[in-house]
Amino acid sequence: MHIPDGFIDIPTSAAFAAIAAAAVAISLKGAKSSLDEKTAPLAGLTATFIFAVQMLNFPVAAGTSGHLLGGALAAVLIGPFAATLAITVVLLMQGLLFADGGLSAMGLNVFNMSVVGVWVGYTIFLLVKKLLPRSKSSIAIAATIGALLSVPAAAASFGLQYALGGTSTFSIGAVFTAMIGTHILIGIGEAIITGFAVAAVMASRSDLVYGFKGETTPLEVRTHNE
Amino acid sequence: MNKGEAKKSNKLLIGGFILSFFLAGVLSFYASSSHDGLVKVAGEIGFIDSAKDHSFSSGPLANYGIKGVENQRLSTGLAGVIGITATGLISYGLFYVVRRKNGVEK
Repeated sequence: MHIPDGFIDIPTSAAFAAIAAAAVAISLKGAKSSLDEKTAPLAGLTATFIFAVQMLNFPVAAGTSGHLLGGALAAVLIGPFAATLAITVVLLMQGLLFADGGLSAMGLNVFNMSVVGVWVGYTIFLLVKKLLPRSKSSIAIAATIGALLSVPAAAASFGLQYALGGTSTFSIGAVFTAMIGTHILIGIGEAIITGFAVAAVMASRSDLVYGFKGETTPLEVRTHNE
Repeated sequence: MNKGEAKKSNKLLIGGFILSFFLAGVLSFYASSSHDGLVKVAGEIGFIDSAKDHSFSSGPLANYGIKGVENQRLSTGLAGVIGITATGLISYGLFYVVRRKNGVEK
């Protein structure tokens, strides 16, 4: 999913770099209220773990592989703002140290994975959590479904970038269809890894899990005009 | 945070770091080397030719390997360990700075 230099023209890449920079600035503010002394180390671990798992490409179909994006996973564990920061750190390391993801495409990649992947994953997580009974296992199930859909959403976001500034002239519809089709399969892998990882953290330290916080402090929920 | 909680928290952090170390340092060698979804789609549709070489494509760690280390298992594993260490240090540092101090600003 890491876009190399050249796929998308420079003006579009620059526009997305500006959007990505704004998203990071907002996330720096937002993360302050979601992270405290207890949860900040988990945020560091989340970024580290996502870097590691992103190295593990898994086969999805003949000659195709995919890897975790981690947006839904990070959002559920540490909140969406901190998640955007965590995945941006991962993308910066990959682009600057390992030549993975073009430097001119950094804003495009941050937008797709750190913003779209995170927020689509987190929004679906919240919706599914509402439908499920209040329990610990519901958190992992809702995270799984959020992860599943976050990947085709990030793929569709690439389709949008290609429509706006693709340097080649292939059919935009074909790019959308192929990207989403392939990434639905990769989303299944994303869902499995996310489900297991969230379940593992829930089993050991559910009190640190951002997506579970509302359930542990019902008093706060009532004050929010529910 | 009481003592038991802190202990459990350390267990999660240490366990998580060891797991990341294993995944990036050992298991990464066995990762699929097939094209990822985007590259595959780019190849099928044809826009793969518009890709340019990465600015750092001849860098010392390019493509998750250490330049000059012939042993593929060692090269990938070391690159992975460098990657998680760098990501860990920078993200721990960042979140340490960003976090809300307990008792303040609540």
